Amino acid sequence: MPEYSFDTLSIHAGAKPDPATGARTTPIYQTTSFVFDDVDHAASLFNLQQFGNIYTRITNPTTAVLEERVAALEGGAAGLATASGHGAQLLIFHTLLQPGDHFVACKKLYGGSITQFSQSFQKFDWHVDWAETPDAEGIKAAITPKTKAVFIESLANPGGVIMDIEAIAKVAHDAGVPLIVDNTLASPYLCQPIKHGADIVVHSATKFLGGHGNSMGGIIVDAGTFDWSASDKYPSLSQPNEAYHGMKLHETFGNIAFAITCRVIGLRDLGPAISPFNSFMLITGIETLPLRMQRHSENALKVAEFLESHKEVSWVSYAGLKNSAYYDAHQKYCPKGAGAVFTFGVKGGYEAGVKLVNGIELFSHLANVGDTRSLIIHPASTTHRQLNEAQQEAAGAGPDVIRLSVGLEDASDLIADLDKALKA
Amino acid sequence: MSETSYTSDYLAGILKSAKTIAMVGASPKSIRPSYIVMKYLQKKGYRVIPVNPGVAGQEILGEKVYASLSDIPEKVDMVDIFRSSEAAGPIVDEAIAIGATSVWMQIGVINPEAAAKAEAAGLKTVMDRCPKIECSRLSGEAGWMGINSNLVSTRRQHLL
Ligand SMILES: Cc1ncc(COP(=O)(O)O)c(C=O)c1O
Repeated sequence: MPEYSFDTLSIHAGAKPDPATGARTTPIYQTTSFVFDDVDHAASLFNLQQFGNIYTRITNPTTAVLEERVAALEGGAAGLATASGHGAQLLIFHTLLQPGDHFVACKKLYGGSITQFSQSFQKFDWHVDWAETPDAEGIKAAITPKTKAVFIESLANPGGVIMDIEAIAKVAHDAGVPLIVDNTLASPYLCQPIKHGADIVVHSATKFLGGHGNSMGGIIVDAGTFDWSASDKYPSLSQPNEAYHGMKLHETFGNIAFAITCRVIGLRDLGPAISPFNSFMLITGIETLPLRMQRHSENALKVAEFLESHKEVSWVSYAGLKNSAYYDAHQKYCPKGAGAVFTFGVKGGYEAGVKLVNGIELFSHLANVGDTRSLIIHPASTTHRQLNEAQQEAAGAGPDVIRLSVGLEDASDLIADLDKALKA
Repeated sequence: MSETSYTSDYLAGILKSAKTIAMVGASPKSIRPSYIVMKYLQKKGYRVIPVNPGVAGQEILGEKVYASLSDIPEKVDMVDIFRSSEAAGPIVDEAIAIGATSVWMQIGVINPEAAAKAEAAGLKTVMDRCPKIECSRLSGEAGWMGINSNLVSTRRQHLL
């Protein structure tokens, strides 16, 4: 088979015509369960001796197309879809960590992830150690013998920052732990973290993969690169598993063991399964991912350039701007575009931010990114309000910060709308 | 991590031409990968003959276990190796001696010298792969588990 390009895989990967009916579009297999051929077939499936469908909490043929599609686009060995991005993160850490374990993350993260890691994960006795600076040195300094993983966002939410994935992967691997990259904001069209050393990629598919703001979903991609049995750090993968009669999942499944473990332990027991309908919506969205990401990035650059010269704006943080500290990282890691999401500062702080979001017309004021529609939010009064001011600043979400997710409308309409609301 | 890469056509060619597979290191324990692979390959219609000196004379999944490849009284097409990389060397020599046409080393079993020897004797070789995973991948079943098959097709799929 030829090596197909990204745009071709966006449409075709994982989606052969339906074997049962010949349907060309992937059918929505809206069923909870699947019949067994006989008792022996059932036993083989339950004991992981054979791949097959049992119950939609664990696998579903529509969802499987989404999983293979994203695995192919990321250049990974296997994928796993979940009900949301947060659900995907939960399964990743459930597979990697035991109670008392630690992982290192950098604070340039989606606010919800900061809260998930620092608060809800505590209940599982899982602990995040924050890197002081969002770079390889900061991450290296935060790693201890208890560290089991490193987590970063490629293009960090709320925007403008691009991480040095290669250097951070090296630091993680030197410590014998995997690098997890949240690639939500870049999408595999703009950045492929596995090429730069990531071992696990995670997405909120809710965002650019789906792209239309209509369906929640999450994806885990297993690069197939990490040796889970090289140390005793990952017993869920390297040690005999009670639930499967003592099977060692890494030994049995090799380079797809991480994805399989997330599925047959995490998804099976914790349960954040995606609905087949949502999988269908996300598959459909991904077919136009390349076109959308191009237009998103073009529009965002035009809007960022306009804001940079606006007298009511004190700064703009968009890696696509030549004066950005992350311009070089943009050229290295996502040369096709710097994405749709970025932040800027309004003169007048918190009040000016609130005034802008109240006065804008074409941008929708809501807590999401990665929609065809342009979106605006004032993080300090919404997504990041659970954090204190120091944490907000550290996450790039201080009181004067406005975050945009630039949509696919005509850029001049967006610019006119922002200009009017800023001047009001 | 894998030092080896094989095209899908190459792997499919080996799996399609084999009818009888000798599995060296076959285990009678149902949780061992070899047992799972043997059971799967039987379901797919292959005759699988287990080789394991520790349990020679007993049966695994209805097949008599032999102590070595050369004890097998019938023709073997493919030899599947569930042993360490070092142990693979002499097993490959035996595979050549009994006239097998391919040698398949499991995930983690990597012995380039042995592979080169087998290739020189005209055998097709695979290292660091699992025939169950490849067979599932190539027949489209693996997609059910979100595995990247690296295959694109616009034709209706007929499951093996
Ligand atoms: C970068 C990033 N990661 C993870 C998430 C969480 O994903 P979800 O909302 O699908 O649970 C989000 C959501 O905003 C996000 O922007």
